[in-house]
Amino acid sequence: MAALRQRDWFSILNPIFLVAAAVLCLLPFIHVFAISLSQSTVAMAGEVSFWPKGFNLISYKVVLRRHEFWRAMVVSLERLLLAVPFNMALTILAAYPLSKSTRGFRSRTVYVWIIFFTMLFTGGLIPTYMLIRQLSLLDSIWALVLPPPFGVPVFNVLILLNFFRNVPAELEEAAFMDGASHWTILGRIYIPTSMAALATLTLFVAVRHWNSWFDGMVFMNTPERYPMQTFLRSIVILPDTTMRRSLTIAEVQELAHISERTVKSAQIFIGALPILVVYPYLQRYFVKGMVLGSLKG
Amino acid sequence: MNHRLKRELPLHLMLIAPLLVIVVFSYVPMAGIVMAFQRFIPARGLFGDQTWVGFDNFSYVFRLPSVLRALKNTVVIAFLKIVFGQLTPIVFALLINELVNLKLKKAIQTSIYLPHFLSWVILAGVLIDILSPRYGLLNRILGGFGIEPVFFLGDNDWFQFTMVVTHVWKEFGFGTIIYLAAITTIDPQQYEAARIDGAGRWRQTWHVTLPGMTMIIVLIAVLNLGDVLNAGFEQIFNLYSPQTYESGDILDTLIYRLGLLEAQFGPSTAIGLFKSAVSLLFISVSYYLAYRFASYRVF
Repeated sequence: MAALRQRDWFSILNPIFLVAAAVLCLLPFIHVFAISLSQSTVAMAGEVSFWPKGFNLISYKVVLRRHEFWRAMVVSLERLLLAVPFNMALTILAAYPLSKSTRGFRSRTVYVWIIFFTMLFTGGLIPTYMLIRQLSLLDSIWALVLPPPFGVPVFNVLILLNFFRNVPAELEEAAFMDGASHWTILGRIYIPTSMAALATLTLFVAVRHWNSWFDGMVFMNTPERYPMQTFLRSIVILPDTTMRRSLTIAEVQELAHISERTVKSAQIFIGALPILVVYPYLQRYFVKGMVLGSLKG
Repeated sequence: MNHRLKRELPLHLMLIAPLLVIVVFSYVPMAGIVMAFQRFIPARGLFGDQTWVGFDNFSYVFRLPSVLRALKNTVVIAFLKIVFGQLTPIVFALLINELVNLKLKKAIQTSIYLPHFLSWVILAGVLIDILSPRYGLLNRILGGFGIEPVFFLGDNDWFQFTMVVTHVWKEFGFGTIIYLAAITTIDPQQYEAARIDGAGRWRQTWHVTLPGMTMIIVLIAVLNLGDVLNAGFEQIFNLYSPQTYESGDILDTLIYRLGLLEAQFGPSTAIGLFKSAVSLLFISVSYYLAYRFASYRVF
């Protein structure tokens, strides 16, 4: 009887506790979102909690009117369009040979060690920076595409090669009998049967590129070349010095309605928006990918 | 044999492009570590005609109080993050596993995974606002209980605590995934047998669920060893300030400031090499242990 009662308490308290934890993960974002939609004086007075007060969109108007914002957006889009196909191509080209057994590909071990060692040891920030500088890649979009952890994203290679290993060997053997080469087999069998996995990895690498800010800060000498998250950092984390300058006279009159706090909040929300949009897909596939990539090694 | 070579040739060709990128952007910087032993002048270039100074940069940096302070902060913060960053997801995985209502389970998982996918720039922006002593939401709530405002990000007594808690907040949900996956692989017959033996929920958790998770718990713990010197650059860099260098400056942030802001290339590379070398040791040991005891293989 005592055990049963204990059990009842637990089955009531456990969901309550977990819901509280879940709420704790969401509330900070809801709070910032509410601030971005509130009137500045109310926000500065600290009266906004989870629902906007003095609802208005002025902060968003200020953000979206900024020249620097759109410039950063262009850099980020340029980066995504270039980097995602490039990184994915290298991921496939590395994953396919390494998914073969040592019997099917005798040099596999050597290649695996060359790639594996980069997971153990790195040259570090300063030599990498010097290399990029020496290659005249500072301010170039390639500086955001080629260096690790992008270039050849090792974790994605691991996920994909595990996926490739599940492709039935009979398909491959039959193709060899017909005189097909590895190129044909990769293009005609592996890629078509792995479309779901490839779509998932594409999403992962795109998200990582979008979220990446440090490389933009270090490898881009001029703020004009900052991608979105780096630009965001320069105005959200550091004191924003350019906001007032970029305002028009009409906006200065609106200044009573905006403040650094509401504008920053709007900026944070816009920076997170693409992730929120793809989040349902991300969550579903990441769980699978994570389990596939780390449990089966 | 010739036939075999012909068959394997495309595999080698495929690897040319990935290897080229890896060699240039991972291995060349490794070789660039020679900077740590030079009085490096950028104009003369990496692998250029530099003056060799032996271990001078090392003896210089290890006498700097800021380096020793950063080393201490790094180890302390990294250790606390490893411990709480693993314990929290284990507890939450066990609790989530007990949920009966599947819709609620799904909703909770969706909420707690979210912070993992947002960048530290976004999260830092949110945290700076919420933790502000002036208008921050958290201090307003604490004020409701009559507690004086706490400057979580500006007070050296609070900074490390704040870093550990916000790190766990970002990652704990995501961390539960792997443990929940391990729980689903447990044979339901084991629970059946435990129930027949008269085991209640608690004893089932203790005698069936936890033992079923042991392997993965040990594996993750071992793999975490490699992070002893990773205190979380992206997080700390966005949240610290000169005011909190005392408790928050870590090796990575120091390397950045010394190297790229103060142009002390040799000394900062020396700190970087120290970090990479120690990490190499720990990661190698951790992979070796994981391989020996859990037959875990990366490739």
